[in-house]
Amino acid sequence: MTSNSEGLIIDGVVSYIDRDNIDTDQIIPTEYLKSIKKFGYEDYLFDGWRYKDDGKLGVKKEDRHINQDFILNNKPYSESKILLVRDNFGCGSSREHAVWALRDFGIKAVMASSFGDIFYNNCFKNSVLPIKLRKNEIEELFGLVKKDIVELSIDLQQRKIYIDDKHKLNFKVDDHLIDRIIYGLDDVDVSLKEKEKILNFEKKRMSSKPWIYANE
Amino acid sequence: MKTLYDKLWEEHHVTQLDSGESLLYIDRHYLHEVTSPQAFEGLAKKNLKPWRLGANIATPDHNVPTTRGNDFNSNQIKDEISKIQVVELDKNCNTFGIKQFDIKSSKQGIVHVIGPELGYTLPGMTIVCGDSHTSTHGALGCLAMGIGTSEVEHVLATQCLKVSKLKNMLVRFEGTPVENVSSKDIVLYFIGLIGTAGGTGYAIEFSGSYIKDISVESRMTICNMAIEAGAKVGIIAPDKTTINYVKEKSFLDKKTLENAEKYWLNLKTDDGAKFDNEVVIDVSKIKPQVTWGTSPEMVVNYDDEIPTVLGANDDNKRNIELARNYMGIQNESKLSDLTFDKVFIGSCTNSRIEDLRQAAKVVKGKTIADNIIEAIVVPGSGMVKEQAEMEGLDEVFKEAGFVWRDPGCSMCLGMNPDQLKPYERCASTSNRNFEGRQGYLGRTHLMSPLMAAYTAINGTVGEPS
Repeated sequence: MTSNSEGLIIDGVVSYIDRDNIDTDQIIPTEYLKSIKKFGYEDYLFDGWRYKDDGKLGVKKEDRHINQDFILNNKPYSESKILLVRDNFGCGSSREHAVWALRDFGIKAVMASSFGDIFYNNCFKNSVLPIKLRKNEIEELFGLVKKDIVELSIDLQQRKIYIDDKHKLNFKVDDHLIDRIIYGLDDVDVSLKEKEKILNFEKKRMSSKPWIYANE
Repeated sequence: MKTLYDKLWEEHHVTQLDSGESLLYIDRHYLHEVTSPQAFEGLAKKNLKPWRLGANIATPDHNVPTTRGNDFNSNQIKDEISKIQVVELDKNCNTFGIKQFDIKSSKQGIVHVIGPELGYTLPGMTIVCGDSHTSTHGALGCLAMGIGTSEVEHVLATQCLKVSKLKNMLVRFEGTPVENVSSKDIVLYFIGLIGTAGGTGYAIEFSGSYIKDISVESRMTICNMAIEAGAKVGIIAPDKTTINYVKEKSFLDKKTLENAEKYWLNLKTDDGAKFDNEVVIDVSKIKPQVTWGTSPEMVVNYDDEIPTVLGANDDNKRNIELARNYMGIQNESKLSDLTFDKVFIGSCTNSRIEDLRQAAKVVKGKTIADNIIEAIVVPGSGMVKEQAEMEGLDEVFKEAGFVWRDPGCSMCLGMNPDQLKPYERCASTSNRNFEGRQGYLGRTHLMSPLMAAYTAINGTVGEPS
C-alpha cells in the first residue's frame, strides 16, 4: 500500500456552476455512454452547456462550437481542480461515466450541499472527492467566487478547506472513504480477502433459499 | 422491531469490513450493454471469472433500434458506436458464459421489464444492476438498487456489494384515487412533495391502503421512480397480489414455490418498527400530474398554473427561471397552452401491458392531433409486445396514427435513433425530464400513459371526459 502524497492536498482555482439538481445527464450526456472505455471523457464534461452544438462520441473539441460564456471554457477555470455547485449534485442516472468525465477533465473535488447517493459512491472509486457543506457555507463560497477568482486549498487528512489565512471550513467524510482516495485501494482485492466468509454464507443460503438458485 | 429493509439487510449481511462498510450478498445481477463493458474488462484484467454465473442475466436495451423487425442481429445496427456496444455485450456474455436474452431473442426487452416477467426477480432477493432504475424490482419485495460500473465489476467478482446501511423512510399512500389517476401520477405527486433530494440516503418503503389495492405492475412504476425522489431503494412488502404475480411468471416447481411462499409472506415490517422519516399522503386528493420543468420535482396538476418567479424564494427563482427558459415557456400560463410535437409511450416506468392497455383505451377509435409529428409506442419487452398484439392493441394504436415499435429503452434517453430534435416538445411516460435527456435541446413533459395518450389525440394535455 503506497500513499499518494499528492492526494493529500487539493488546491487551486475554484470553478462554479450556480445550479441545484445538476443531474448526471448534464455532467455527461447519454451519447458518450456508448464508449466502452474507462477513460477519455474530458471533452464531454457538461457537454450541453460547454458547447453550442450537438456532440457525437469521437468528435474533437476543436471541431465543436464552443460556448465562450461557459465557465470551464475560460482560463483560469479551464484548469480548475475544484468545482463548486449547489444542492443534489449528481442526481439521476447511475452512470459512472459522470465521475470519469470530471476526473478526466481534472476535477479532484466537488463541493455541494448534497449529492445523489449513487454518484457519491462512484466518486470514491475514481479518486474524486465529493465534499458536503452546509447550505450557508455554500452560499458564502458562491459570494466569494462570484466576486473574484478564488483559490482554495483542501486538506484531505485534516478535513479542512483553507479559504485564506483567517477563513477555513471543516467537512466530514468517513475515514475509509478518504483512505480510498489517498491510497487508491481496489475494492475487489479487499473484498476477496473475505472469500471464505462469502462461500460459507452462500452455501447456507443455497440450502435455506433454494429457489434463488433454481435456474442454475 | 425491524423494518422490511432492516430484515433484508440482515438476511444478506455477509460480514462487516474493517472500513465499517458491509458486504451484502447479491442474489440477482442484471446487466445491459451500457454499464457493463468496463466491468468485464476489469474482471478479465484481474484474471477473474464471475463468482456465480447463474446470478447474472443480461439483455441489450439502451442502444437497440426499435424499428428492427424480425431476424435482426447486433451487427445490423446502423449506428457504428451503438453496434460496438451491443456486440461487446454479446462477446462478453459468450466469453464469460452469462445468460443473455440477446437482440434476436423474443424475450429481449428493457432489463427491468424482463426480470420480473421472466420470473428472475423474486421477493426477498437482493438485486443490483448498473442502472439507477433497478429500484423497480423493489415492487416485489426485493432490496434492489442501481450501482456504478466499478460496483458491477465488484459484484461479478465477489457476488457481494460493499455498502453502508441506508436510513428508513415510510411513505403511506392512503385512500382511493379519482378517475384518470394512475400510480404514475401518485409517484410524480410524491416527488413534487419531497423533492428530488428528499429521499437521498434513505430506503423508502411504500405502503398504505392504496398500495394494497394496486397491481404489481402499478407498484413497479412507483418503486421505479423512487430514485427520482433521491432514494436508490424503493420497496413494497410482498402480499397475495405479489405471490399471484410471481406464481404466474415463475419457472419454479410447485413444491419450491409453496415453501418460498411461506417465507415471502413473512417479509414485512414489524408493527411498531421505527422509521427515520414518515410521510402520509391521501391519494384521493391527487389530480393527474404533468411536469413543466427540467427536474421531476417540477410537477403540477395538469390544469394548474405553471410556476413563475413571482413570489418564489431566491433558490427557487433561479431554478424556475432556468427551467422555464429551457422548456420554452414564455407567456403560457398553463400546460394546456403549450403545443406538443411528439408523444412517447414506453420506458422502464410505463411500458408494461397494463400501461399499454390504459393508453389504448384512450386512443381507441380516435386519431392523433395535427400538431403531433410523431407518436410512438415502445413495448417494454418482446413478451409485452406479443401480449399487446394478441389483444389487438397494436392495431388500436396504429389506426389512431401511432407508430408501433420493437422493445427497448428508446426515447426515454435517446441512445438509439429515437430522439427529439431541438425544441421539440414531448409528452412522455418516461422518468426524467432533464435537459437534453430525450435529445439535444428537446423538451420533456413527464406524465402517465393515459395522459400521454390523451395528449396525442388532443394535441395538448387534458383529461378524457
